[in-house]
Amino acid sequence: MSSRATNRLKIAAEIAVPLAILGGWQLWTVHAHSQFFPRLSTILVTFRKMWLFSQFGEHVVPSLERIGLGFGIAVLAGVLLGIPLFLSLCGYLLAMPHIEYWRAIPPPALLPISVVLLHSIGNTQKISFIAFFCLFPVLLNTIDGVRSIDPTLVDTARSYGVRGLARIRRIVLPAALPQIAAGMRNSLSLAVIMMVLSEYFSSTSGVGYVLLISKNTFQLAPMWAAILLIGLLGYVLNVLFILAERRVLAWHRGWRAATA
Amino acid sequence: MPGLGDAATATTVESPADQGVERAGPGIARVGQIGAVLLSVAAALAVWELVSRTGLIAERDLPSMSSSFRELWSLVQTTSFWGAFAQTVRGWALGLAVATALAVPIGILLGSSDFAARALRVPIEFLRPIPSAALIPLLFLTLGTTLRSEVFLAAFGAFWPLLVQTMYGVRDVDPLAIDTARSFGVGRFERLYRIKLPSAVPYIATGVRISSAVSLILAFTAELFMGIPGLGQKVNFAQAYGLNDQLYAYALATGFLGVAIHLVSSAAERRALRWHPSQRTAAA
Repeated sequence: MSSRATNRLKIAAEIAVPLAILGGWQLWTVHAHSQFFPRLSTILVTFRKMWLFSQFGEHVVPSLERIGLGFGIAVLAGVLLGIPLFLSLCGYLLAMPHIEYWRAIPPPALLPISVVLLHSIGNTQKISFIAFFCLFPVLLNTIDGVRSIDPTLVDTARSYGVRGLARIRRIVLPAALPQIAAGMRNSLSLAVIMMVLSEYFSSTSGVGYVLLISKNTFQLAPMWAAILLIGLLGYVLNVLFILAERRVLAWHRGWRAATA
Repeated sequence: MPGLGDAATATTVESPADQGVERAGPGIARVGQIGAVLLSVAAALAVWELVSRTGLIAERDLPSMSSSFRELWSLVQTTSFWGAFAQTVRGWALGLAVATALAVPIGILLGSSDFAARALRVPIEFLRPIPSAALIPLLFLTLGTTLRSEVFLAAFGAFWPLLVQTMYGVRDVDPLAIDTARSFGVGRFERLYRIKLPSAVPYIATGVRISSAVSLILAFTAELFMGIPGLGQKVNFAQAYGLNDQLYAYALATGFLGVAIHLVSSAAERRALRWHPSQRTAAA
């Protein structure tokens, strides 16, 4: 078989297999008549009714707001904390045991504590919870990224007299940016998970709340629609981030391709 | 041209070469490091005690460090604590085992066959970022508050990182080694067994370490949200009854379990990779 034909076959498979899975799901649910697995078509119709766009403002917007703010705070704090931690070995040693402990604890263990401590099941508690756990990937990647800067770069900058803030802004940050971006991407998918968990635990609005309420009231189609929405949310945010990253780090890819 | 999905996974794959970069210096430096760590932990505990004692945060909301640890000490002497502890560990272990049993063979298949990888790329890229937490209500209604739900959730979450690591590990094999083996007439299965698998082991080991953390998180999550017996359920009860001392004690215990599992899986990773260049200390 020519390589062109093989390639065409691969593309065909890439399109056919997902369609076959969806078709299989619809066929199975039509025949199974299970109350827990409504027909795919029913789920899609419910999805359109709920999320496009009658409940969008009421539940999706608050969730997105929490993800956005929690993620934003985490990125800012992670980068701001990560750079000084690199600059002083002592600070790094002092911070490491705490980072290791909080990173190893299963996040939901702190959900009840966050409610008790902050006296809130509103945005303050949700956003702080999301921000706290999204902090670690950004922080650790910032530390790593800054530590692995090419020493020649640092020395050259020093001999040209680039110091202080200018050194951080023009040498350290750009060099660490690709790795910071990798940390940010992990944080973003974490933010979606934390949003769902915190809303599912206790809340009055949001996608996680809809998930909880529809489960409690045995409304299976809305529950599946919420699951589908959360899946799409995770997927779309990831794709958007990759597109943004490609734009911002275009220089990095070009540089890597040239040196490789 | 690499697809969007490929670029997406490429950066999350942890190259084993990144591991073991940090090495403690010998002698005095090492003692200084341990000293700094102890000092830092002691300082944090002291701050906790002070914040609670001085009423900066009401003692009702944040029990002091000493009373939380006293509570933990009295819990440790009960069998109900160790029962819950063992149940969480069981959920973690079974979840990780199921995930490994599925992800490694499938990862090897997808890593060695370009056709299979392309055919399943879209479903995998779609399923992977789905937060496992979204499945909790579905599991609650279908499998109920059973160990099966807990293991399913833990295995589902732990499956993806391990799958991706295995896939990239098999793909990352040195082409020269494969070509050499082929020209010596080494068969397809022997190539897989003798060359591809050993060269993928570092990636798989890293994957197991990541997945083991995920598995613990989801086992605990299942217990907290579905009321399956274990540490998560204890935390939930403590909060529901307003037993804040117990709440903090159980959260501390969960954190220690997390740290222990992290240490064990990192040690296992290093052990499995003793022969690998990334783990070699400088000969000097």
